[in-house]
Amino acid sequence: MAVETKTKGGIFEEEKLEEVSEAQREWEEGPLKKEVARHPERKDRFSTISDLEIKRLYTPRDIPDFDYMKDLNFPGCYPYTRGVHTTMYRGRLWTMRQFAGFGTPEQTNERYKYLLSIGQTGLSMAFDFPTLYGRDSDDPMSRGEVGKCGVAVDTLRDFEIIFEGIPMDKVTTSMTINPPAIVLLAMYIVAAEKQGVSQDKIGGTVQNDMLKEFIAQKTWIYPPLPSLRLVRDIVVYCTHHVPKWNTISISGYHIREAGSTAVQELAFTIADGIEYVKMGIEAGLDVDAFAPRYSFFFDSHMDFFEEIAKMRAARRMWARIMREKFGAKNPRSWWMRFHTQTAGCSLTAQQPLNNIVRTAIEALAAVLGGTQSLHTNSMDETWALPTEEAVTVALRTQQIIAYETGVANTIDPLGGSYFIEALTNEMEEKAWEYINKIEDLGGIIPAIDAGYPQKEITEAAFRYQQQLEAKEKLIVGVNEYIMPGEELPIEILKVDPEVERVQFERLDEVKKRRSSERVKSLLDDLRDAAADEKENLMPIIIDLVREYATIGEIMGAMKEVFGEYRDPGYF
Amino acid sequence: MEKDERKVKILIAKPGLDGHDRGAKVVARALRDSGFEVIYTGLHQSLDQIVHAAMEEDVDGIGLSILSGAHMYIFPTLIEKLKEQGLDDIVVFGGGIIPTDDIPKLKEAGVKQIFLPGTALEEIIEWVRENVKPRAVSL
Repeated sequence: MAVETKTKGGIFEEEKLEEVSEAQREWEEGPLKKEVARHPERKDRFSTISDLEIKRLYTPRDIPDFDYMKDLNFPGCYPYTRGVHTTMYRGRLWTMRQFAGFGTPEQTNERYKYLLSIGQTGLSMAFDFPTLYGRDSDDPMSRGEVGKCGVAVDTLRDFEIIFEGIPMDKVTTSMTINPPAIVLLAMYIVAAEKQGVSQDKIGGTVQNDMLKEFIAQKTWIYPPLPSLRLVRDIVVYCTHHVPKWNTISISGYHIREAGSTAVQELAFTIADGIEYVKMGIEAGLDVDAFAPRYSFFFDSHMDFFEEIAKMRAARRMWARIMREKFGAKNPRSWWMRFHTQTAGCSLTAQQPLNNIVRTAIEALAAVLGGTQSLHTNSMDETWALPTEEAVTVALRTQQIIAYETGVANTIDPLGGSYFIEALTNEMEEKAWEYINKIEDLGGIIPAIDAGYPQKEITEAAFRYQQQLEAKEKLIVGVNEYIMPGEELPIEILKVDPEVERVQFERLDEVKKRRSSERVKSLLDDLRDAAADEKENLMPIIIDLVREYATIGEIMGAMKEVFGEYRDPGYF
Repeated sequence: MEKDERKVKILIAKPGLDGHDRGAKVVARALRDSGFEVIYTGLHQSLDQIVHAAMEEDVDGIGLSILSGAHMYIFPTLIEKLKEQGLDDIVVFGGGIIPTDDIPKLKEAGVKQIFLPGTALEEIIEWVRENVKPRAVSL
């Protein structure tokens, strides 16, 4: 791919660098050698959690071609290494956005109101498994899952309840939803309309990133091509009618949680992003009309500097790709805006209070990496959905970072660190190797078909597990500093099994009250439209939602046309 | 006749809609590397599909991975379905996000062992080696 990544001839003078080299040699041969002979270092090899080797010390020799203007430039200036906004957190702090939702729509409405009352600044909806897979609560595959991992949604009625008393023109909402994103977005639009808020006024995000589903998270229904067609329909519709909506949240989070390394997370996410840009262009849109509404979503794991370097590298890579490869003219198309969530997979079931510390460190990395919004996990999430007390501590963690630590006083405080700059370069170089490999395979879709990213991730996850078993990597309380006979010291949230019954009853009632004939005829129209690849399905799905068609009916009708995807099950 | 030393056959399955397959795959791979014959069914299996696969493949043990909170429905229902097929000699074990309070109830329902997050692979392998033996061939 013809995107320039290296610069030659930086801000260091050749003679000065020579001086450093000489001094370093002397230091290594002299005091260092002596010290190591007397007190050997703790390990032969130091590496990040992703197994990237880290040197003892970084000096200007590690970034000899460092070119401030080309590599970093100023905040809000291309290539945005230091941040996409000119004043960053001095102007406005990141959005504190806690992912939440469980049980019935009523319970979720209550939790949202609570979160807003304690100072949260945006909503983030968690749906239960049946909703994530576009199934109704009374579908046989939904048994045992209703309301468990998030809120249960069957029809528009549920959305009306969830947002009751929450002004949809003031609050922005992120919805973690993928195959049925088109249905949930339609519900959001119609629920807002019923509050008197038109679609051009609402703001928020649908995750709508099907590529990473096939790579990592595995929430799929249809095969890749029809799945991407729905992604496209959302992008095209919103570009014309819902201008403040973020149409895709291109997600590395799930790739990382599935066990990838930081470099793989970076590379596969950007490869997905490239595909989505191609998709928009192929749909006939001008790149600058839709690219500014693409956002990203990264994981913040335990390896502090690796995460910061990853986020800085990501911004720089995306800016270059958008400007140089796709010829975007609008600087907003060059911006990589991203949400971050602390790493769920880093939390431990053992000694769960320690998770507060882990999350705080990961959150700090996200802030130093320049995130636009942040979710901090709660200490009890390896056990269950968080209790109110646990989510409060998690949000307080962000507030403490924002208001007490002083880290938001200056922009990109680690910029210029020899280590951070060298690591940022290394992340970028290694990510390009993956992206070029994917391009060689014909792009991310053929790569997924060949199982390439999936196998790379599975391999990395297994390698890490082996390092844990060999104690090459330590997790406090899991493979070291174990507390024998530990009792669970914290309260955990249990979702009432009654939720299932409540949802069944509501679904029945809604079905009785709606015009089933109208729904049936619209579902026929949907099948016809689905069969024509050129049709945009968003308008007809909005009509269906307005008539209280269920998510299962809508997704099921399309399944008849699109077919189903089966897990190749690599291990 | 003395049964020959055939490999113990384990089915690793992800029931229901839960897509968290990192743990299931790591365990499947570790068991395979330790000499077991491992079948991984892939995601989104209904319980009937799992029972069917167990029967077809004539497995000795089934390991379920559940991280969605649906374990109190899934485990007992699977065991019930195995019984209906006369497959109650298949050892059922599992892992995932399972509150400790639920473990005694699951064991009572017939689940032989539950492995919680952070369990060493070696511990799982050892347990399987000791507790899952080749079933009598039913012909």
